[in-house]
Amino acid sequence: MATTVHEPPVIDSGHPPRHGASGNGGRGNWVPAAGKVRGVHDHSSAASRTGIWVGLAGITMMFAAFTSALIVRQGSAMDWRHLVLPPVLYLNTAVLLASSVTLEIARRRVAAFARDLEDRVGVPLCWLYLTLGLGLMFVGGQCVAWSQLKAQGLYLATNPSSSFFYVLTAVHLLHMLGGLGGLTLVITRLSRRVPTLRRSTLDTASYYWHFMDVLWLYLLWLLWMRL
Amino acid sequence: MAKVFAVTVILIAIGSAIPILMHKWVPPVDISTHGPLIDEQLSETMVEAGISFLAAQFILGLFVWKYSNTPKSAKIRNFPGGATGLVTAAVLLVGLEAMALGIFGAKAWASVYFTPPKPDALKIQAQAGQFAFYFRYPGPDGRFGPIHPDLINEGTQNFFGLDPDHDPDSKDDIVTAELAVPVNREVHLLMHAKDVGHSFFVRELRIQQDFVPGLDVSVHFTANKTGRFEIVCTQLCGLGHYNMKAYLSVLSQPDYDTWLKQQATMQ
Amino acid sequence: MHDMSAHALQHHAPPPGFVRKHIFSLDHKVIGEQYYGLALLAVLIGMVLSWIMRLHLAWPDVHIPGLQLLSKNGAPGGVLTPEYYLQLMTMHGTIMVFFVLTTAPFAAFGNYFLPIQVGAEDMPFPRFNMMSFWVTFVSFCVAVAAFFVPDGPPLSGWTAYAPLSALGAIAGPGQGMGQVLWAVSIAIFCVGQLLGALNFITTTLDMRCKGMSLMRLPLTVWAWFITSCMGLTAFAVLLPACILLFLDHVAGTSFFIPGDLVVSDTLQPHAGGSTLLWQHLFWFFGHPEVYIAIVPGMGIVSHVLITNMRRPMLSHRVLIYSMGALAFLSYMVYGHHMFVSGMNPFSSLAFSFPTLAITIPSTIIVLIWIGSLYGSKLRINSPSLFALGFISLFVSGGVSGFFLAQPSIDIILHATYFVVGHFHLVMALAATFGIFAGTYFWFPKITGRMMNETLGKIHFWFTFVGAYCIFMPFHYLGMAGNVRRYQAFVDDFMQPFIPVHKFITVAALVTGGAQILFLYNLIYSRFRGQPASENPWQATSLEWTIPSPPPFNNFGDRIPVVYHDPYQYGVDGASDDYVMQDSPEQTQSVRDEK
Repeated sequence: MATTVHEPPVIDSGHPPRHGASGNGGRGNWVPAAGKVRGVHDHSSAASRTGIWVGLAGITMMFAAFTSALIVRQGSAMDWRHLVLPPVLYLNTAVLLASSVTLEIARRRVAAFARDLEDRVGVPLCWLYLTLGLGLMFVGGQCVAWSQLKAQGLYLATNPSSSFFYVLTAVHLLHMLGGLGGLTLVITRLSRRVPTLRRSTLDTASYYWHFMDVLWLYLLWLLWMRL
Repeated sequence: MAKVFAVTVILIAIGSAIPILMHKWVPPVDISTHGPLIDEQLSETMVEAGISFLAAQFILGLFVWKYSNTPKSAKIRNFPGGATGLVTAAVLLVGLEAMALGIFGAKAWASVYFTPPKPDALKIQAQAGQFAFYFRYPGPDGRFGPIHPDLINEGTQNFFGLDPDHDPDSKDDIVTAELAVPVNREVHLLMHAKDVGHSFFVRELRIQQDFVPGLDVSVHFTANKTGRFEIVCTQLCGLGHYNMKAYLSVLSQPDYDTWLKQQATMQ
Repeated sequence: MHDMSAHALQHHAPPPGFVRKHIFSLDHKVIGEQYYGLALLAVLIGMVLSWIMRLHLAWPDVHIPGLQLLSKNGAPGGVLTPEYYLQLMTMHGTIMVFFVLTTAPFAAFGNYFLPIQVGAEDMPFPRFNMMSFWVTFVSFCVAVAAFFVPDGPPLSGWTAYAPLSALGAIAGPGQGMGQVLWAVSIAIFCVGQLLGALNFITTTLDMRCKGMSLMRLPLTVWAWFITSCMGLTAFAVLLPACILLFLDHVAGTSFFIPGDLVVSDTLQPHAGGSTLLWQHLFWFFGHPEVYIAIVPGMGIVSHVLITNMRRPMLSHRVLIYSMGALAFLSYMVYGHHMFVSGMNPFSSLAFSFPTLAITIPSTIIVLIWIGSLYGSKLRINSPSLFALGFISLFVSGGVSGFFLAQPSIDIILHATYFVVGHFHLVMALAATFGIFAGTYFWFPKITGRMMNETLGKIHFWFTFVGAYCIFMPFHYLGMAGNVRRYQAFVDDFMQPFIPVHKFITVAALVTGGAQILFLYNLIYSRFRGQPASENPWQATSLEWTIPSPPPFNNFGDRIPVVYHDPYQYGVDGASDDYVMQDSPEQTQSVRDEK
């Protein structure tokens, strides 16, 4: 057995010193100083930032499973009928892409507000509301797409292609609700008299939002290619 | 207590090995031409797995016996060779062993699945449904009539959904509840599932293959001993699963011909 | 996205009120206990189901008093009908695999000890954690509700192979409402486990205290971390599969149902679905699931053994890498469940080699365990006995994998009792021994009281010998050609096996009955056990540096700092024969040999 003299404890450096920290992020770090968003050093980023990537990995895996199911199902029989995507989907896509842009602008505005470069909380809030509105428009648009398909006589069980269309769009929409919830949380936190929004909450919500965007582009491509 | 554990583990190991060594619990005698390869693979695997099993349990028992009463003042010692030695042993002995088994086992698998059936193999169709097997022989014309699922009806005994009035190929098809095959003749079994998944398992024939609804699956085999053997369903198919069986009769060529004629008259 | 500040503001004090403290608690320890309680309830149901099945197999006409109360149609006069046997079997498998083997070693112990062992106050997303348990609980209720719908639970087995599982009530009793409940229950379960995995991974990566580098994490933490990575990917695949199955049932889609099926002389209105698709999706989850059940056990057993051997494992790193290799390989081997399923025979061979390759990391793990016993100072107590029993069972169940990994041998062993014996030993029983080892080991930490040693040892002997008496004969039966999932052996071929089945049944009843000792011990010791000190096993990891039971925020106002590798036993020059992870004592470190 090789024995070596023990080195002094390894303590992570490169992070700002923490008050009451327990390592890479403990509960103690999460309390915004004096309950104000301005001037708060965000120590708690790590957990939620890692968490969001882990969550997105799970969602990715789920859609990978759906994709492989679609490919296998398409190859298993000759009953696959081509489906013309309702044109409103392209409008929805544009809306969703626009919402990502407005969210990015909102994020900058919040940062500026936190750094005192921006006086009014109304400016970032305005952009956030716009994003939320666009998101809701996307949800509405997807419902329009469904009713257009229904008008064509294409229901969930009509054909495997329409089955997959409904399933994939519905599951995506379900995940969109998570994004809308996150955004609502951000807005609520920011519009309190004393804002309690943490940077990591905003970042996490926007990563999720952008991911929904990318996921939708992928789904649109998949549906367009395969259906 | 440690000694009790050691003795128990070793006794369990020996006790587990005895039924194997007695050769009481072995697959029934093989009746197929490809079976010997599988049986050989099984016994080789048994030897290797058995040695690993006994060695591991014995050493576990031994070490527990030996090192449980070490005095408090004693120094911890390391296994000679340490982790490196053990990893090497695992990779070299067990890894190579397993890979060798895999490679040799591939031969037995290939003999069943990678050799296409000979063109003159006897084609028989097997259909599995809840909870019975039916078999169809093409008759003198050598062709199976098409299946019409909408005509399938247990009540009228139209198990395959044949329409002999419109399909000339169906006219001479012979449908039976028993699978009879001539000895030493290759049989190409075309498998069709009527409702849910089932499986075709004849222990003596060393053949097990699932019926897959919506998919044409086939197996081929040559039986080289005459006799009557049980065909069982091994894919859970519903409440009558336990009772879903048929018989395989391996007959001499003359007996087979007589049997087939007899069946033809009964249609 | 997630609100932690509300909770953070009130930290250092447990929430007031019974409901927030014990029911909808955000505390990872309470959630861990809740998971343990759920597993305990589930395992009791699952065990009783197995007793009923065993009794019926040995004595098909046996009258089981009271059974008719569970289902009038399924068990008229207390005698099982063929379909009810299969329905109970389905529920046995479902409850045991999902609600016991996944929840107890992973979600229960993991929730309780992972944050403590990494030196954190809690998981990073306590609300998700609470949701994870309650979602799982709802899923359990939905699964059990299947007993009480008119046709009873589904009969398609825990694997729910399509199209039997997708066709609806026409395919058999319980295949209507029962199967729908099953699909819904499992889908909900997946959501719960995904939330849990999210917390576990993030805790391990981000919540470690000062000095707790990755290699200083105890083996339990590594095992839970690896398991949660598997859970994140595996349950994310089962969830879509269950959604599609559900739609086939209720919406008339044809994902898994091919065309031209005739059930009960009725042509089914479906077309084009793929039955193999279900099997691929299910087993892509199903094989990692086996490792989700067993890897936490490996971690617990290593942890318990090291403490009781008074020495570290021969190599900490090699064990971690081997568990990682197991997890990695588990995704490449799922096809070995489908050798005779009609899958391309070339794929069967392609799946067989990685399966055989799994023997390498497994053997390394076993050899490291056994090799570390050499020259150790082994203490025999209930936890260490169960840990040693785990090794023995894992080896016994593992070697039969040699057979089943080869497609050629699988032709004769597939769907026989050999398979049943294999997975019960290697996954179910071994994992259960891991749970027992963990319970006896951590009970003093959780409750502040020791469990009764004598009872624990008696419990071990019954369970250990019983396990072999039950499951070894399964292998013999399987080799002789006894096929599984049969409710009775009515033919000439399998009639001679019935005496063996009677022996197994008696063994199962006795072994199961012996679990009363465990239950009694658990309850008695909870209230009347010897008070436990902070560190009754003289162990080194962080959970033993805090009071038993741990305070609400684990470490109180103290912020743990870690100075040592996790298992510093047999240290030269230390004041005792071990050094706690957070002890600032400068000593010669016991390190992996290079």
